[in-house]
Amino acid sequence: MQDVSTEKKEFTPNIVAFCCNWCSYAGADLAGSSRLTYPANVKIIRVPCSCRVNPMFVLKAFQRGADGVILCGCHPGDCHYVTGNYYTRRRMALLYSFLNYMGIEKERTRVEWVSAAEGARFASVMNDFVKQVTELGENKRLTDLRVKEGE
Amino acid sequence: MQRIGVFICWCGSNIAATVDVEKVAEVIKSEPGVVYAANYQYMCSENGQQLVKQAIKEHNLTGIVIGACSPRMHEATFRKAAEAAGLNPYMVEVANIREHCSWIHKDMEEATEKAVILVRTAIAKVKLNAPLMAGESPVVKRALVIGGGIAGIQAALDIADAGFEVDIVEKNATIGGRMAQIDKTFPTLDCSACILTPKMVDCAQHEKIDILSYSEVEDVKGFVGNFNVKIRRKARFVDETKCTGCKICMEKCPSKKGLNEFNMNLNTRPAIYIPFAQAIPNVAVIDPTQCIKMKTGKCGICQKFCGVGAIDYEQKDTFIERQYGAIVVATGFKPISVDNFNEYGYNDNKDVITSLELERLMNAAGPTNGVLLRPSDGEHPKVITFIQCVGSRDTSGCGKPYCSKICCMYTAKHAMLIREKYPDTEVHVFYIDVRTPGKNYDEFFRRAVEQYGVDYIKGMVGKVYNENGKLMVQGSNLIDNEQITIESDLVVLAAAIEPEPSVRKIATLLTASIDTNNFLTESHAKLRPVESPTAGVYLAGVCQGPKDIPETVSQASACAAKVIGLLVKDKLKTNPCVATPDETMCNGCSQCANVCPYGAITYVEKEFRLGGGKTEIRRVASVNPAVCQGCGACTVTCPSGAMDLKGFSSKQIMSEVEAICKM
Ligand SMILES: Cc1cc2nc3c(=O)[nH]c(=O)nc-3n(C[C@H](O)[C@H](O)[C@H](O)COP(=O)(O)OP(=O)(O)OC[C@H]3O[C@@H](n4cnc5c(N)ncnc54)[C@H](O)[C@@H]3O)c2cc1C
Ligand code: SF4
Ligand code: SF4
Repeated sequence: MQDVSTEKKEFTPNIVAFCCNWCSYAGADLAGSSRLTYPANVKIIRVPCSCRVNPMFVLKAFQRGADGVILCGCHPGDCHYVTGNYYTRRRMALLYSFLNYMGIEKERTRVEWVSAAEGARFASVMNDFVKQVTELGENKRLTDLRVKEGE
Repeated sequence: MQRIGVFICWCGSNIAATVDVEKVAEVIKSEPGVVYAANYQYMCSENGQQLVKQAIKEHNLTGIVIGACSPRMHEATFRKAAEAAGLNPYMVEVANIREHCSWIHKDMEEATEKAVILVRTAIAKVKLNAPLMAGESPVVKRALVIGGGIAGIQAALDIADAGFEVDIVEKNATIGGRMAQIDKTFPTLDCSACILTPKMVDCAQHEKIDILSYSEVEDVKGFVGNFNVKIRRKARFVDETKCTGCKICMEKCPSKKGLNEFNMNLNTRPAIYIPFAQAIPNVAVIDPTQCIKMKTGKCGICQKFCGVGAIDYEQKDTFIERQYGAIVVATGFKPISVDNFNEYGYNDNKDVITSLELERLMNAAGPTNGVLLRPSDGEHPKVITFIQCVGSRDTSGCGKPYCSKICCMYTAKHAMLIREKYPDTEVHVFYIDVRTPGKNYDEFFRRAVEQYGVDYIKGMVGKVYNENGKLMVQGSNLIDNEQITIESDLVVLAAAIEPEPSVRKIATLLTASIDTNNFLTESHAKLRPVESPTAGVYLAGVCQGPKDIPETVSQASACAAKVIGLLVKDKLKTNPCVATPDETMCNGCSQCANVCPYGAITYVEKEFRLGGGKTEIRRVASVNPAVCQGCGACTVTCPSGAMDLKGFSSKQIMSEVEAICKM
């Protein structure tokens, strides 16, 4: 292995994407089957609905060193569970502005609506988000508060 | 001790070309808890599944991770394989290393590294999986059809013919829908009533079909296989079981000024009436806004003349509750109101009419007994101008953005029928585009032009105004590039169609989604076109999108096939990934019930031990696993962190987050 400290590697942010099973996860699948590329540093966690994402999950990600967190759900009005994404919208608006206040720039957090038919949109959203987070650089704010392994 | 097995799929070269599958399996082998890791060309194949089954048995695996295509593709396959080998099917996780990795990345090193992380994440999750048991819920072998138009009629007949009970709930006094109002039907020009009314009679006579006319759905509870529906039977003031349909009341009723809705308000009807001669059920109904007895207490003539004592002025709405296994929505459409389109002068000129009004004016059972006469003076119109796309494909906000699909065809039909019956009539049609795809459809349209000499003008109409009793239709002719004015006796507007407005209420009751134009949305536009996203709810006819009769009937039969497929089952497997509260933490605050879109959460009083022999009775949340759809809204809302979701628990998701962030 090369010595990472001497060879200044280009910064690639680590990004956690929560995708609802019915729309966005399927949209991500469509991006895949359409062979649309986006950076490998986006990793997707499947949740039944965007409203399943507890603010704790987002905090945990930043605490563990994620550089950006994005939540994707069905378009408003199209939620598989009727109203789930409305809760997400309100809840995350609050959480993100709180995080911004805590020093985690609002550019590191996002909520996007991507339908199962919008593979191209999924890829372009991810490309755009990665670019945006890359420009901000590494997130160090919450890692300081990191809970020690095994705690 | 956890014993995890990991299986990495090549998917031929789909994964293996960009992900070094052998390396992934190698690296993963040394993950804590992993006792077995393999890679294989096609995991989903018979042999691949065999590999999984064997490994589960040989290595006593407690959980497995498959690194392969999207779980949306084969999660079910691998769960079945696990179950066959004696492992609980919910001890399986799929790491999506195809759609989310090999197919989107080009660099092998990068893709391999990501695949390892994705597999690690799935391992982190599966370690926290718990065995789950899919519950079973019984299927009520009865279907509900909402709306008794041709869509509802066809669906009901097909389901009933398969041996299942069906109820049709129709808001009007008779079934039949719009098709009953139409005179002749394209593309064959057979008489609408002649093909519709036998089907209506079949419904009435079918021992498995119960027609609940003049009724509306009030409330829906429950879920697929087990809907509990409350139906309002509106007071018709006539005893349905006694009325013989003799119509003596209609003859004798002195109040004859009610507008005849069936004839598009072109004439009047008595306060007590049967909508049309072939109505099913053939039972009278009293319009309380017109009935003298109800308004003033005097009259009562119909009661006096009714030979069977069917009239009951005191009748009240009643409610019935029934259980159904499946629901078909077939609420149809209405033409949009053309009041907003001032340019066409519909409100100012009696001789500007809509296409549906024309259907009634041409119908032998209509207000003019089928003789085409102008509404203003009862004269034969000599020049008739049709205007297509009134409010369709209109992005100005005044009309509808979509194409109503049927207007090109029915306008060609109208033009042809008029030229056939009254060859001395001059017929003009203003159109934007003529859209007539379909079997024998374009031929039909061409016949109107070539054989019947209908004058088609490509262009829009700017204004219709009255000049000395003549309707002046001013428009552009885009082909000749000129402005023209046609002096007409009758102007017919092909108004856009929109979903019947009550569909909004129905959609809310059923938690079925509707689009921005109020059409019900199907589960998948191509692959599940007759199913609503709500399990057990199916869509037939124009309520799902504009369509003509042949398409409506096909969709209705498709719905019936789906319903029959559901009703033949005795039991349904339920999704075990449902919410469960930790009762010791729940404080009964009701927050979760407020956000649950399915009403799955209720509260129960429970006794808790406090220690020292003391007990306490507290109110705690209780989730009905058969109703919960597993969205997780309640879990995040719960302020005490008592609510969790099986299969997607907070701990599981947290561990996934950690696995991704561990660099
Ligand atoms: C002017 C005109 C001419 C046409 N000509 C032709 C033609 O020649 N050939 C052709 O193929 N097609 C033609 N069509 C199209 C045809 O009318 C439709 O395709 C067909 O009627 C659709 O049937 P449906 O059952 O979906 O809806 P509908 O006929 O609208 O029936 C819906 C039924 O549901 C009931 N309902 C609505 N809401 C509720 C509720 N909340 N609860 C209970 N019941 C409810 C309604 O009362 C109605 O009985 C024409 C349409 C128009 C407007
Ligand atoms: S009681 Fe009402 S419905 Fe009966 S005849 Fe009189 S006005 Fe007509
Ligand atoms: S998971 Fe969703 S459906 Fe189930 S109880 Fe909670 S809110 Fe209701």
